[in-house]
Amino acid sequence: MNSLSCPRMQKISVLLFLAWVCFLFYAGIALFTSGFLLTRLELTNHSSCQEPPGPGFLPWGNQGKPGACWMASRFSRVVLVLIDALRFDFAQPQYSKVPGEPPVSLPFLGKLRSLQRILEIQPHHARLYRSQVDPPTTTMQRLKALTTGSLPTFIDAGNNFASHAILEDNLIKQLTNAGRRVVFMGDDTWKDLFPGAFSKAFFFSSFNVRDLHTVDNGILEHLYPTMDSGEWDVLIAHFLGVDHCGHKHGPHHPEMAKKLSQMDQVIQGLVDRLENDTLLVVAGDHGMTMNGDHGGDSELEVSAALFLYSPTALFPSTPPEEPEVIPQVSLVPTLALLLGLPIPFGNIGEVIAELFSAGKDSQPHLSALAQASALHLNAQQVSRFLHTYSAATQDLQVKELHQLQNLFSKASADYQWLLQNSQGAEAALQTVIAELQQFLRGARAICIESWARFSLVRMAGGAALLAAACFLCLLASQWATSPSFHFRPLLLIPGAWGLGGAILYAGLLATTGLKLDPVVLGTMAATSSLLPFLWKAWAGWGSKRPIATLLPIPGPVLLLLLIRLAAFFSDSFVVAEARATPFLLGSLILLLVAQLHWEGQLLPPKLLTIPRLGSSSPTGPPRHSGAYALKLGVGLLLCTRLAGLFHRCPEETPACHSSPWLSPLASMVGGRAKNLWYGACVGALVTLLVAVRLWLGRYGNLKSPEPPVLFVRWGLPVMALGTAAYWALASGADEAPPRLRALVAGASVVLPRAVVALAASGLMLLLWRPVTVLVKAGASAPRTRIVLTPFSGPPTSQADLDYVVPQIYRHMQEEFRGRLERTKSQGPLTVAAYQLGSIYSAAMVTALTFLAFPLLLLHAERISLVFLLLFLQSFLLLHLLAAGIPITTPGPFTVPWQAVSAWALMATQTFYSTGHQPVFPAIHWHAAFVGFPEGHGSSTWLPALLVGANTFASHLLFSVGCPLLLLWPFLCESQGPRKRRQPPGSEAEARVRPEEEVEEPLMEMRLRDAPHHFNAALLQLGLKYLFVLGVQILACTLAASILRRHLMVWKVFAPKFIFEAIGFIVSSVGLLLGIALVMRVDGAVSSWFRKLVLAHQR
Amino acid sequence: MKDTDIKRLLYAHLLCIFSIILSIFIPSVFLENFSILETHLMWLCICSVFVTAVNLVLYLVVKPNISSKRNSLSHKVTRILKCCIYFLMSCFSFHVIFVLYGAPLIELVLETFSFAVLLSTFTTVPCLCLLGPNIKAWLRVFSRNGVTSIWENSLQITTISSFVGAWLGAFPIPLDWERPWQVWPISCTLGATFGYVAGLVISPLWIYWNRKQLTYKNN
Repeated sequence: MNSLSCPRMQKISVLLFLAWVCFLFYAGIALFTSGFLLTRLELTNHSSCQEPPGPGFLPWGNQGKPGACWMASRFSRVVLVLIDALRFDFAQPQYSKVPGEPPVSLPFLGKLRSLQRILEIQPHHARLYRSQVDPPTTTMQRLKALTTGSLPTFIDAGNNFASHAILEDNLIKQLTNAGRRVVFMGDDTWKDLFPGAFSKAFFFSSFNVRDLHTVDNGILEHLYPTMDSGEWDVLIAHFLGVDHCGHKHGPHHPEMAKKLSQMDQVIQGLVDRLENDTLLVVAGDHGMTMNGDHGGDSELEVSAALFLYSPTALFPSTPPEEPEVIPQVSLVPTLALLLGLPIPFGNIGEVIAELFSAGKDSQPHLSALAQASALHLNAQQVSRFLHTYSAATQDLQVKELHQLQNLFSKASADYQWLLQNSQGAEAALQTVIAELQQFLRGARAICIESWARFSLVRMAGGAALLAAACFLCLLASQWATSPSFHFRPLLLIPGAWGLGGAILYAGLLATTGLKLDPVVLGTMAATSSLLPFLWKAWAGWGSKRPIATLLPIPGPVLLLLLIRLAAFFSDSFVVAEARATPFLLGSLILLLVAQLHWEGQLLPPKLLTIPRLGSSSPTGPPRHSGAYALKLGVGLLLCTRLAGLFHRCPEETPACHSSPWLSPLASMVGGRAKNLWYGACVGALVTLLVAVRLWLGRYGNLKSPEPPVLFVRWGLPVMALGTAAYWALASGADEAPPRLRALVAGASVVLPRAVVALAASGLMLLLWRPVTVLVKAGASAPRTRIVLTPFSGPPTSQADLDYVVPQIYRHMQEEFRGRLERTKSQGPLTVAAYQLGSIYSAAMVTALTFLAFPLLLLHAERISLVFLLLFLQSFLLLHLLAAGIPITTPGPFTVPWQAVSAWALMATQTFYSTGHQPVFPAIHWHAAFVGFPEGHGSSTWLPALLVGANTFASHLLFSVGCPLLLLWPFLCESQGPRKRRQPPGSEAEARVRPEEEVEEPLMEMRLRDAPHHFNAALLQLGLKYLFVLGVQILACTLAASILRRHLMVWKVFAPKFIFEAIGFIVSSVGLLLGIALVMRVDGAVSSWFRKLVLAHQR
Repeated sequence: MKDTDIKRLLYAHLLCIFSIILSIFIPSVFLENFSILETHLMWLCICSVFVTAVNLVLYLVVKPNISSKRNSLSHKVTRILKCCIYFLMSCFSFHVIFVLYGAPLIELVLETFSFAVLLSTFTTVPCLCLLGPNIKAWLRVFSRNGVTSIWENSLQITTISSFVGAWLGAFPIPLDWERPWQVWPISCTLGATFGYVAGLVISPLWIYWNRKQLTYKNN
């Protein structure tokens, strides 16, 4: 026994090996991400007054005039009212379909009456547009687009909490350059985007989405005084109340009507104060879905309202029946030219031509000329931008670019010709306008298309690395089952090669002087560490092994796995995954039951061998009764179906209705129903608690005086109490009497934190003293000595210890039984439930419970029912799986593929049944406020952690609980013998050796008996789980790269990939933690035995 | 096992397939606007009736079963009653299983139940004809090395392929092709029918090819 095969070294090498495999996956994911989620190149060029965007004289020749730049300014001042999430239909005028009857009444319809009135009374002064927003519809991206006129790309969607200053040319910068005074009030996102740009600013925190009024009231406090003071040229007010109301209540809530009416008053107040040289712009930055969320690209999210009003007549015609649809970025060049500013350099928007038609009384010819000149300036600017951009990168399609340039030069030539021959007909002007507009739209289209450009090399490299890592998992998990498995070569060779690769790359960089890219460095290290392994696999391939050993997954499970992977390649199936996963899980469960039956493990063997003679009394009972497995299966299906009731619908399926049970109780109106639900939630909590305690009690682990057990007995109920109290406060906070408001607010801060602190201390206790065993060994010392005397040598030696331990265990059982028999002579022999037999799983279950409580707190109250189902479901599944797994002592132990696949499927199913969807608008942002009702200030990692813990709770729980798959069959061993109490065959045996009882099961001590196999099994389990998760992420990357030009890539595949990737990282970390916990328990048991041996030898 | 047995099996199965084909074409002669997709429930009922009838006729004509020892009228009546109860129970349990697998609980109850009836027709009725109302015999047939005749072997194959067909039929439902047959439960019923037909075709062939290896224990 050298030092390398000592269990401790084995454990460390198992953990390190798994960590290395995780690193391979991470490197693959990072490489793929760097190629897939590219950002747009941001140009830092700026437009300026002195440099017109193109040749040709400027209209009206007014370069020298003050306040004029590319074009004479029409307005000297602008009031921009940005109402967050002002959807188009919120502002749409409502007319009753049938005269005399009121129009359709919804809380959000027809509340902005002042807009309607203005449009009716002053049709030449005002116009309402439906502004078409580009996804992603998150506020920061929209603000970027509304000031730069460009298209923020997908990767920016992740920056919502850590926004950065805009480097590109933008309206605000142009305003400050021109010396205009910009006053801002409202959402503090602007502070990060435009640091120091405002002459005066009133920022209010935008993070607390539950707070409907602080921002708006703050703005209202300053809005009119500022306006009256006159110390401004541009006034921007960004109201957040409507958006927050949508997030908190949804648009169909009476609160929304109140909020919109308040906005209506604001607009009316502003209109009354406007002077003739001022333009009023009321705009929504994006829309909201039926649930009040935004971020995606559904029709409701991308249609926002845009309203323009000027006290002087502006439009030549009356508004059309149905408001015109314009791209949102059109506002940027329009405002720039109206204010006499240069259009921001990177703008790709198109001016709203009808605003440049010099009032209603002007001649049609002059009006068209003015429109054409504005469009021409705009086109020149866009053309300049395209030219500069295509010179900087090779993103844009050369052919299309060339066509566009031709179009532009033709339109430009026509325009110049018309200017010189000023008698040009209006029809010719209209043609030029149409040409210019065609060019601008073409330019926009080409930009939209190319700003999702991928680095194919990196994507392919990432996918290949992931595939290789999966292959490694598959092969290594097979090697781990072979009895002659060595841990040593696992680590040293890959480590050395990886280091070599990294050093080589670093050296290469040092000689060439390139910038160090951490992604490429990690890839180099991962690839080079994979090389020796691939070489070994290649060598093994040469020896002509049958393909079956290379693909050890049994056929039906492989088929299910393949179906699941194929589903990642269809957007419909990704959208429907919430329904497809329970279906597959149910199929796997029924398959397991059917397989048990097929193998003849459910029926008495006699019935099978001698047909048609089935006597009613089976003589030889099977290992598990058929009804038992069937019940487990049906119970599992039932749990799966019930959990499916807590389903949140994706945006893509309008026919589907989200479960109403996902919303927090606070949003419920009815008092009685609310109380009933609250009772049910607390009931679920108590049931969970009682179930865990009963389970621990059943296996005897609740008797131990160790601190973790004491904590389970007393700390857990306190945690449950805290959670219940927090729910009571959270759901009834609005109804609390004013006197108690402060107390309630304080308690809703303290309670969640206290529960988390309790859970953390419980976990710490568990790590400190994981052995939950009741020591009674001292009771009859003489017998113990007799048992232990045969050993020679120092008791600390490993071999002896391995030999001693099972004997001590058996002896303790005997002793305990003897004691029991002394106390109750006829008592049932339930000594099988001796604590040592369930020592690993007791620690696992305790740890999972401690983990589940804080995670539960982050969810809405009613999700506690899902958590209860989750525990029940995994319990049933473990039992069902254990029924099919034979116990092979003394090893090697294996965890079958179907167990791991079912576990991974169940993790995915729970992700969906806790009300999640792999899209950004569906993230439960409210989780960030649990324990922090006032928001987090500037810190971003804590809310990110809370929201992440909410989103990936199921991944975490299932991956930490993964070792239970290995432990449970041993735990279930205790049930078998008790049923086999009086087997007919053993009677003879019993007569021969009357003293000896039927041998009690060793349960999990069998694992301890064979530490080498135990560690190998843990390694195998980890590798198999990583494989199942790894092929999922591999399928996601392949789907995203193959379908990168698919219509749904940004809506479905990219978010799915991101969620899968983060889920994989969370799961792999959880897996490592779970395995480390089992190893910690194992180490503690070892030292406990060592102490015991020493104590007895003294 | 003789080749004549296999031949009889093949003819019986061809008759079953023929009955399904008839159930598609005959009703359109008598009924206006009959089509599988639009009047799906009607077709389900007709198909179930046809297949049940053919199975019963085959059972009476071919008599693959060893006749029971007792032949009294009361015994026959209880047997038939038991068969009916078993059939109903299988319909209800299939319905429950469909709901557990994700079928809507409240809407489309009639459709779901018709599908349960159809699947029972494809699976339970042949079992009842061949094995009688004897759960133990059923369980025996559907386990490894449990079959004792080519009839039971073909029963095993057709039943499993019907189930697999119905299971596969669920897969097109989420796809966004907007086809009329993607609606629950049409794709599943079609899948079950195709699976049943495939089982009927495959089982005689499979038994024929493996006739050397197949040895049945009882006779």
